[in-house]
Amino acid sequence: MANPSTYEPSTGIEKWFDERLPIPRLMHDQFLVFPTPRNLNYWWTFGGILTFMLVSQIATGVVLAMNYVATPDHAFDSVEHIMRDVNWGWLLRYTHAVGASLFFLAAYVHSLRGLYYGSYKAPREVLWILGVLILLLMIATAFMGYSLVWGQMSFWAVTVITNLFSSLDAVVPGIGTRLVQWIWGGFAVGGPTLTRLYSLHYFFPFVIAGVVVLHIWALHIPGNNNPTGIDVKSPREAIPFHPYYTIKDGFALALFALFFAGFVFYAPNLLSHPDNYIPANPLQTPAHIVPEWYFLPFYAILRAIPSKLFGVAGLIGSIAILFFVPWLDTSRVRSTRYRPIYKWFFWAFVATCFVLGYLGSQPPDGVYLVLGRIFTAYYFLFFLLVMPVVGWIEKPKGLPGSITESVLGPGEAPTASPKRAPQRRAPEPVA
Amino acid sequence: MADSTQATPAQFPLPDEEDPSRRDVIMIAAGGFAAVGLGLGLWPLLDQMNPDASALSMATTEVDLAPVEEGQAITVMWRGKPIFIRHRTKKEIDEAKSVALDDLIDPIARNANLPESAPATDENRAGKDRENWLVMIGICTHLGCIPKGQSVGDPKGDYDGWFCPCHGSQYDSAGRVRVGPAPQNMAIPPYDFTSDTKVKVG
Repeated sequence: MANPSTYEPSTGIEKWFDERLPIPRLMHDQFLVFPTPRNLNYWWTFGGILTFMLVSQIATGVVLAMNYVATPDHAFDSVEHIMRDVNWGWLLRYTHAVGASLFFLAAYVHSLRGLYYGSYKAPREVLWILGVLILLLMIATAFMGYSLVWGQMSFWAVTVITNLFSSLDAVVPGIGTRLVQWIWGGFAVGGPTLTRLYSLHYFFPFVIAGVVVLHIWALHIPGNNNPTGIDVKSPREAIPFHPYYTIKDGFALALFALFFAGFVFYAPNLLSHPDNYIPANPLQTPAHIVPEWYFLPFYAILRAIPSKLFGVAGLIGSIAILFFVPWLDTSRVRSTRYRPIYKWFFWAFVATCFVLGYLGSQPPDGVYLVLGRIFTAYYFLFFLLVMPVVGWIEKPKGLPGSITESVLGPGEAPTASPKRAPQRRAPEPVA
Repeated sequence: MADSTQATPAQFPLPDEEDPSRRDVIMIAAGGFAAVGLGLGLWPLLDQMNPDASALSMATTEVDLAPVEEGQAITVMWRGKPIFIRHRTKKEIDEAKSVALDDLIDPIARNANLPESAPATDENRAGKDRENWLVMIGICTHLGCIPKGQSVGDPKGDYDGWFCPCHGSQYDSAGRVRVGPAPQNMAIPPYDFTSDTKVKVG
């Protein structure tokens, strides 16, 4: 791909493969020696963590599927059967359920890192768009997986979310209802709905894996962004992925795995809702329907808008708007480090996501509704107003001359090793 | 056509973009047929998701109303949906009748037994000649939750009807939406009183 191949097959079998299907060459060039900026911080380790989480979810999911029964009469009981009777079933199910939460946690950190350091800017637009696509697929997969438990929250989440499509009745009368009945396979959520959700829940992770391959491909054409947002200017500013970043990513993954295991072993139900341990009852809606924590900000946006059609449009728009970020941000500087005004708006956006998350967990009336509307407005204004306007009027701080200079201070030739403490000087202003 | 036949053997005969050649026609026709074939092949894969014959066949439910006293309500299932049947009190009927159509969020009756444009008067919502009975699909028209108001201790909202716990919609004693975000009155299914105490839904 981007870097010229340095692979030399050393054994007969490697040479044999290299002339037929050069997977060893691909692994060598794209994984072992892939040139990576030398200044990546720990926020860059979440790509590896996410890959691990995808593999973990698929592995636990495939074995859970060996014990799960996708019928309205037996789904809930088969989950309890997994918990009580199946060897290690409790571990597999909790790892899968908690894993979904931590998968989203890592995905949100990874996305915000990309947003902060401008990793969506040219020439990485396609990389970013593929990432948003993966997020969308993850949302669909997590939603369908949650429904399979067939508890009260599962059932009513499916009912409420599939009913979102009936809002299309306001556009063309009847089309929304037809669409919802097509999704349900009946006139209400029932057996046909459960089996199709199960089928697609098994299918989507493999689609995600495919898009992840494209995502990594799109990463390996321009190479990694880095905390300065400055391009790699000399080969000395990059280091081979192995061993430098395999070690760094591995260390971060070990810490993340500890955190993950802490949830699985000590608080496996902390992130979920007790109502989902009540079997689904189509005649009784729980008093308070809330989604899992990772959907709460979007749920708050849905409820903040006092119209069914526009509420749904806001919900979809809140994610779809991410596709346009590479063109909404007009700044020529990638990294928010060097953007004194935008920086404040960025952290206000992060805070908004947390506040919307809290509001999504609260009943939609009184002060919660008012706050929900204010923060929903900021969520969209951040993308539609702040990104284009601030990028245009802001005078960025001076950028360092190179990645090396940002690490070692000025006056160091990229070839030199640091012999003394790095000096500091005012960075050059951007032309 | 003429150009490509006159081309010398050394030149590759390129189709003229201005004048569709025979090769273009074949290409477009073949592509078109392939697209039609793909569409036809895809249709069964998509249509299998629509409600199947067994779902469509669960068409009617018959209910005995004799044990339902005034002020009581029962919920029965029809096509997998809850049907609310309320034996309304005089007070509830009078309240529903006193509402002006202009005060309603949705002025359409949404009654499958009446023309689509019928206004949402109490007369058009309640049972025909049996105004003490209200038969409707007990599903909130916002996002499909089951509103509260069927049982004795349930919250009934400010209009003596139903209250949806999900997003706070309120319905009056004729099942008409009075407080959003629900956009429509709860739907009235097709039904028929087969005797004074029996109703057939569907």
